[in-house]
Amino acid sequence: MPRSLSQPALPPGPHYLSGNEAAAEGALAAGCGFYAGYPITPSSEIMERLAARLPQHGGVFLQMEDEIASLSAVIGAAWAGKKALTATSGPGLSLMQECLGYAAFTETPCVLIDVQRAGPCTGQATKVGAGDIMAAKWGSHGDYQVVAFSPWSAQEMFDLTVRAFNWSERLRLPAILLAEEAVGHLRERVDIPEAVEVFQRGYTPGAPPFGHPEPDGVPSMPRFGQGESLMITGSTHDARGFRRTEDPAAHDALVRRLGHKVLARAGELCQTEGHFLEDASLVVLAYGFTARAALRAVKLARQRGLKAGLLRLVTLWPFPEEAVAQALATGARLLVPEMNLGQVAGLARQVVGPGLVRSLTQVDGRHIAPATILNALLEMAP
Amino acid sequence: MTRALDQYLRPEVKATPFCPGCGHGVLLGLILRAVEAAGLDPRQMLFVSGIGCAAWIPSPNFRADTLHTLHGRALAFATGAKAANPALKVMVVSGDGDLASIGGNHLIHAARRGLEITVICANNQIYGMTGGQAAPTTQLGAPTATTPEGNPYRPFDLCRLVKAAGADYVARGSVTRPYELMDYMAQGLTRPGFSFIEALSPCPTQAGRRQGLDTPAALYDDLGRRCLARRELAGDAELPPGSWELGAWCGDDN
Repeated sequence: MPRSLSQPALPPGPHYLSGNEAAAEGALAAGCGFYAGYPITPSSEIMERLAARLPQHGGVFLQMEDEIASLSAVIGAAWAGKKALTATSGPGLSLMQECLGYAAFTETPCVLIDVQRAGPCTGQATKVGAGDIMAAKWGSHGDYQVVAFSPWSAQEMFDLTVRAFNWSERLRLPAILLAEEAVGHLRERVDIPEAVEVFQRGYTPGAPPFGHPEPDGVPSMPRFGQGESLMITGSTHDARGFRRTEDPAAHDALVRRLGHKVLARAGELCQTEGHFLEDASLVVLAYGFTARAALRAVKLARQRGLKAGLLRLVTLWPFPEEAVAQALATGARLLVPEMNLGQVAGLARQVVGPGLVRSLTQVDGRHIAPATILNALLEMAP
Repeated sequence: MTRALDQYLRPEVKATPFCPGCGHGVLLGLILRAVEAAGLDPRQMLFVSGIGCAAWIPSPNFRADTLHTLHGRALAFATGAKAANPALKVMVVSGDGDLASIGGNHLIHAARRGLEITVICANNQIYGMTGGQAAPTTQLGAPTATTPEGNPYRPFDLCRLVKAAGADYVARGSVTRPYELMDYMAQGLTRPGFSFIEALSPCPTQAGRRQGLDTPAALYDDLGRRCLARRELAGDAELPPGSWELGAWCGDDN
């Protein structure tokens, strides 16, 4: 797997950036050479910054006619050899779902940043939400896998955008940054590193672009114009790309490999962060902006003598089952505060059973306050 | 004649997937000949298609880079590829339902944007692959699987639509006049900017049989009769109802 060190476009050191601006800089640092998008609140600052910054760094920026066209163009650009990005919010994610399935099925590396707002539907366009967790994984029809990360700071908007690009290239799949309005519009210190490690898609001339002898293998990825006579199709295909729409074995092998290549690497993909977990009997499971409030609530609970801890999910897909199971191995109970009606709480229940998980939901377009989480912890205290 | 095109076809492909009498097989050959006539090598080009019978003209038949995309999205994929690598010579081949119905918005915006992409729209005025439902190009009154009493709506005039959206070269030809159609496609490939060539192509299986034209020969004869070149129309003469005006709308004929 080709990897190298890349110098970020911004000078190294501290910068004062919004999360959305940091994500755009993360994309540039990761080697993004193409952006196509459609304006939507609260993600548009990513697009606006890249409209100015990408051409300065040899990249291509396109404003498309809608979100379907945006992800379509991104996929076309990816096969033309670029690392490609789009950014959107809930309504745009809904429109991008058919292309998300296409990218997964054709093994096209690309990155999608979803700056979540309060849904469903048009909802509250300027308000925060985290209701797209399931849509990011299950929104397109059929079985497929994506990779998704949840940043809790402007710094992580930078770092995890780089990480999303790297995994999309390594695994040839759509990687999603499931950001939230509150993180996208948060303005805080971001430390730009001297260099970031970046990965490039692997290419072996003449190798089949859609098949691999290993059940979890990632095939070689050529690009247009190399004389490979590429056959790319969203229909079921064999290793070379020929349509195999009547062949049961071809479909079975392809759908299973697309799943295996992600799940077999779950250990490396699943990133979590523990705070005060060593002796915790009450564990807050949180992600994104809510984890900031959760950390504060855990510290306040500790001051009151509660053995509280925080397990922060950085990776949401694949779901970090092992870390969740481990956090409860000592007989702790779980509190899952979320800006949706319990999407991750449901996943946690699948891992540890229904009795140990309490779901704390808030869907009023405001972020969850530390006091709300603290009160729930106090109620759960033995 | 077929042998001359062998070098441009994937050796694994033994026959076209099209029904007997379908115009798309003729169009397949004409596209390759037009590319050659334009001084290009199809093997160095990118062919993008959507979903439907016409989308199978390039994919997988052409020995070239072929990108078989989602229904209606061919032009959006092609736009990304062309913008990302302007050195690519890009042709989109798809049907009227794909390009003008589900992909209609992408069509007019691609024409407006003016990237150098050549679009071949195989217009059979029907949804062939799904079983003969009405298309946005189906003629007024025509019976289809979804308009059993006759189509109550007017069809798009695709060339006028795309020209109005800003295309740099627009032409309509018919597989019943193959050399003329080939010339339009070669013209589109050699001109700068966005070019759109509507290729009328009969569908005996899903359209003709419902319209009393149930043999390929009858359908070809009927289409041939209804095609009139612009130069064959006297002055400001009105086009007879049900007829197609063939010609180029931007460029030399304008």
